[in-house]
This record gives sequence, C-alpha cells and structure tokens, in this order.
Amino acid sequence: MLRFITGRLVLTIPVLFGVSVIVFLLAHLAPGDVTTILAGPFATEAVKEKLRISFGLDQALPIQYAKWLGHILQGDFGTSIANRRDVADLVFPKFVNTAILALSSAVLAYIIGFFAGIFAAARPYSISDRVVMGVTLILGNAPPYWLGLLIVLLFSLSWRLLPATGMTNIMGGGGAWDVFLHLIQPMLTTAAAPACIVARIVRASMLEVLSQNYVRVARAKGIRRSVILRRHALRNALPPIVTICGLQLGYLLGGVLFVEVIFAWPGIGNQLWQAIQARDIPTIQGATLVIALAFVVVNLVVDAINAYLDPKIRASEKAGAT
Amino acid sequence: MVEPILEVEGLKTHFKLREGMLKAVDGISFSLAPDEVLCIVGESGSGKSVTAQSILRLIDPPGHIVEGRIRYRDKDLLDLSDREMEKIRGDRIGMIFQDPMTSLNPVFTIGEQIAEGLREHLDLGKKEAQGRAIELLRSVGIPNPEERYRDYPHHFSGGMRQRVLIAAAIACEPDILIADEPTTALDVTIQAQILKLLAEVQRRLNSALILITHDLGVVASMADRVLVMYAGEMVEYGDVKTIFEQPKHPYTIGLMNSVIRLDDQHDNELRSIPGTPLVPINPPPGCSFRTRCDAAHAPCETEKPQAISVASGHLVSCHLMRSDGRQAGSS
Repeated sequence: MLRFITGRLVLTIPVLFGVSVIVFLLAHLAPGDVTTILAGPFATEAVKEKLRISFGLDQALPIQYAKWLGHILQGDFGTSIANRRDVADLVFPKFVNTAILALSSAVLAYIIGFFAGIFAAARPYSISDRVVMGVTLILGNAPPYWLGLLIVLLFSLSWRLLPATGMTNIMGGGGAWDVFLHLIQPMLTTAAAPACIVARIVRASMLEVLSQNYVRVARAKGIRRSVILRRHALRNALPPIVTICGLQLGYLLGGVLFVEVIFAWPGIGNQLWQAIQARDIPTIQGATLVIALAFVVVNLVVDAINAYLDPKIRASEKAGAT
Repeated sequence: MVEPILEVEGLKTHFKLREGMLKAVDGISFSLAPDEVLCIVGESGSGKSVTAQSILRLIDPPGHIVEGRIRYRDKDLLDLSDREMEKIRGDRIGMIFQDPMTSLNPVFTIGEQIAEGLREHLDLGKKEAQGRAIELLRSVGIPNPEERYRDYPHHFSGGMRQRVLIAAAIACEPDILIADEPTTALDVTIQAQILKLLAEVQRRLNSALILITHDLGVVASMADRVLVMYAGEMVEYGDVKTIFEQPKHPYTIGLMNSVIRLDDQHDNELRSIPGTPLVPINPPPGCSFRTRCDAAHAPCETEKPQAISVASGHLVSCHLMRSDGRQAGSS
C-alpha cells in the first residue's frame, strides 16, 4: 500500500509541473493589459512601461515563469496587483471557505446518491427505478444558477427560513450554527448535480456487478438477496463509484463559482471571478494553482482508496514486502 | 421403482424479447432418481442451461417460468416463496457453473466463499465454518487447504477454481447436484480431472447429478440416463445404453454420427448435421428440427410431435415414431 502511494506521489510531480506551466501561460495569454486597468485608459505609454517593469512583466516569458515558480516553491505566491495584498493571504482563507462548502455538499451528495442508486438498482426497470432515474436526469442537469435562485425563492423569500447570502450574519454572527444556516442553501444547490451523478453511477455499477457470474453463483448458494446486494455486489461496485465521487469533489472544489457568486459565499471561486475581472494575474495564478493542487490531492486519495479495495494490489504489496 | 427425488413436468421458460417470445425451454419433462446421473445434451442455445437454472429458479426477467411443475421430494419448487427457495438453493440442491474464471467473487477469499454457504444454511459459527471449509477444500483436492483458505481467486488457475466451486456447491451435502458444462472453459487435460472429481463427489454424497454437456464422450462414461434437447424441446430421453445403441430421433442419430468413435471398425465417414439450429423466437408450427431433417414429411410442417414411448423409459418426439415405429434417417 505504502509503495503504491509513494509511486503515485512521484507521478504527481510531472502533473503539477504541467499544471504550473498551463496556469502561468493562461494568465499571460489572456487578452487585456493589466497596466491599462491599473493606470486607467488615459495613461501614457511611459507610465505603463514603468508599471510593467515594476511587476517584471517586461521580461521574457520563460524568465518570468522561472522566477514565478521559484517563488511559488518557497511558498511565495506574489502580491495581488488589484489590492496589493499577499496572494497567499488572499487565497488560502478563501479556499478554506470553499472547502467547507464543497465538502459538506459532497457528503450530502454521496449520501443521497448512494441511497437513491442502490434503491434503484435493487428494483431495476420498475416504476420506482424509472421515477428515481427521471428525477436525477432533470435535477442533475439543472444549471446551478437557476436551481440556486429557485431555492432562494423558496427558502428565503417565500418561507423566510434561511439567510439568502453570505457565510455569517453581519450583526453578531459567526458561530457554527450561524455558518450552518448560511450553508444550507448553497449546499443544496451545489449537491444537486453530484448527487444525481453519483446516484446514476451507483445504479449502473450495481447493475453491472449484479449481472456477473459470481453473483449468480452466490444466489445458487442460497445467499439471501439483501446479503448479496450488501456483501457481494456493493463491494465490487465501489471502484467506479469512488472514482466518480472523487472527481465530483475535485470539480466542487474548483467549480462552485456560480453558487459562490449567487450566494455571495466568500470562497475561492468568488475570489477568482473578481481577479479575472481585474486582470489580477498573480491572484488568478495563485487561485488556479490551489484549485489544481486540491484536484490532484483528491485524485491521489481516490487512487489510494481504490488500491485498498482491490485485493490484487494489496496482495502484490504483501508479496513485494516479503 | 424408487421414488424420484426430482420430477420436472412440462417446464416452459420463455423470454420476452423485443424480437418476440423466445421459447428457450418449451415443455421439458424428466425425473431423477436419488442417486441417478442424468446428462442433458444438445447444441448451444438448445435450452440446457435455462432448464438447469429454471430448476433453481435463477431465471431473471425478461425470462419467466410460464408453465410446468418442478417437484422436489414433496414440494413444488415453483410454489415456494423466494425465502423458502433461498433455503433450498445451495443446501438441498447445489449448482456448478460453466466458467470458473468469473464464478468466484474477486474481492473475497475462496475460504470465505465456501464458509458463507455453511454459515447461511447450517448456522455454523465462524470457526466451525472455517474448519468445515478447509476440510471441503481438502476433499476436492486443493493442496495445503489451511493456507489456501485465505487466498483470493486470482491466485488460482481455472481448474483449481472449479474445484473450489465444487467444494462450495457440495458444502451442505445436497441431494441434487447440477453441473452446467463444468469443463467447457477448462484445458482438455484438466477436464478429465474435474469430471473424475465430480463422479467421485456424486458417489461419496450418494446424490443425484444433472450434468449438462455437449461432449458425448462424457455422456457415455458418466450418464445413467440421457435427455437430448433441441430448440428448447425434448427430442429423446432414455437410458444411456439405448440412446447410444438405438437412437431413434433423426437429431440424436445425427449427433451420434458426428462423433469420432475409437471402437468404430467400419471406418465410417464423420458426418455433421447440415444447417444451423433453430432459434426458437416465435417458432413456426411443426417440428423444430424439420428444416435439417432428411426424413421430414407432411405432418412435420404443421404439427408439433408429441413424446411417444417407444420402449420402457425411452421417449422420442418424432412423427416418424407414430404408427409404424420405423427407425428414422437410417440412410
């Protein structure tokens, strides 16, 4: 197991290198000149040039990249062009907020997805299966900016149950309960699509496994249906489910942008959105890099879980150790 | 005559497909004495496996058992609840399947997969079940069963896996063992070992055995009685000697002619049956075999032949048997 994880860790190095190159280039290839935004449309070329030199933007791209990477490796993400603060100070607290939203949404999505998927797989092609799958099809494809507004309309405007925006109450808020109340609506919005995707994968994966010969053998042995579902089927259906769950979490960590904007959730997506509007290159790079890093880490964890689930990998480790 | 342990009467298992009704099994009847070996033979798609799975009620939609009776001791298996049926499966009737490579669950050790049935049916504790499972592994010829108990299926070869599956099927000492082409997926050298093991196990348990195969050599060496199937129907049924020495149905005769026999002194030409088997989706009226039969005549086109008893315990479904009893296709 340990050897497997070490191997996968080594493999992430080229991935991260590639990510850093793309992140760096993306910001530089994007149209628009940061100096125009900073100095205004009427600034002279001399002022702009001075600004460029002060940010090191006049140097060749490879040199800029090498310098940037060197700083990143030392934990220095640079200074935000838009508001002159350390990018690290700007990005990391926001990332924690995003992680709170993404993780809680993911947990909710997994729970709903698992139960809905197994419920449907246990009675394939029945009316209840079709209803569940129909709902997941609609809800899973509902755009979050539409679903989010719908939820706000219901919970905040019609029923006046929950706060519509922000993470804490401006007046004397900030406790865990307060954050939780603010979390419910964005969480529901965010969880909808992944819950449906997980439900569909759980169902498909379970049905696939239930058609395997070893399930028929288990039935021929007289094992009870519930035990077959739980023991024989679910255990074998897990790897694709774990993979999809990980992917969903990865997407959530980087992709809750719409939801963060709608609910004014102070997350990294929101931050990235503002940085893009301001052509704030260091912040864009920092935020993108953090998101990419989170994605890589999640995938690493998924691989480790799948390795643990596969007796072939576990056994080869044991054999390798002796 | 001994009371049969299993009686199948007019079993019909149909599959509702988009293309129409697939009559995979269409009116099969036979009986099984408590220590008898019955071989079911026929081409691929003739309904042998569906017959076997119907006995254990393992048919899933779109397939359904539409008619018939399956009497085990004093119960009709088709009347039992799902839960009652689960108690018969693996306990009183054990089954061995075709492909040992995919018949074991890859994420559990083979020991667990044998012990599981013991715990389910015999209410054994974990330790007892493990002890019994190790004994079973030993009895089917797995060396070092104590160590191999903890191994996963991917550590085993096809032949060894089939031994494990036999051990699992006989764990509760069933009255009836059903083996569905248990050697088809194995190397030729291993096939003989597995068949020998099956025969040995059957004798040791004194159980009945339904062996599905298309290997007539296996039939000759193991069967007491033989059921020949074609397109979901029974074409001939009788004891092994009669079927091999005096086959009556043109299809059975064709099967016998298509086998190389080492004891054949006349150096006869090996013959295949022309044409391809009928797929019984919305089958036309008349005899299913008529398109491939040399002796087909008028009634074969319109009327389904009924099983006719030509001698004691020898049934043939052929119009040629009707009045004159003349042997068909003797050319």
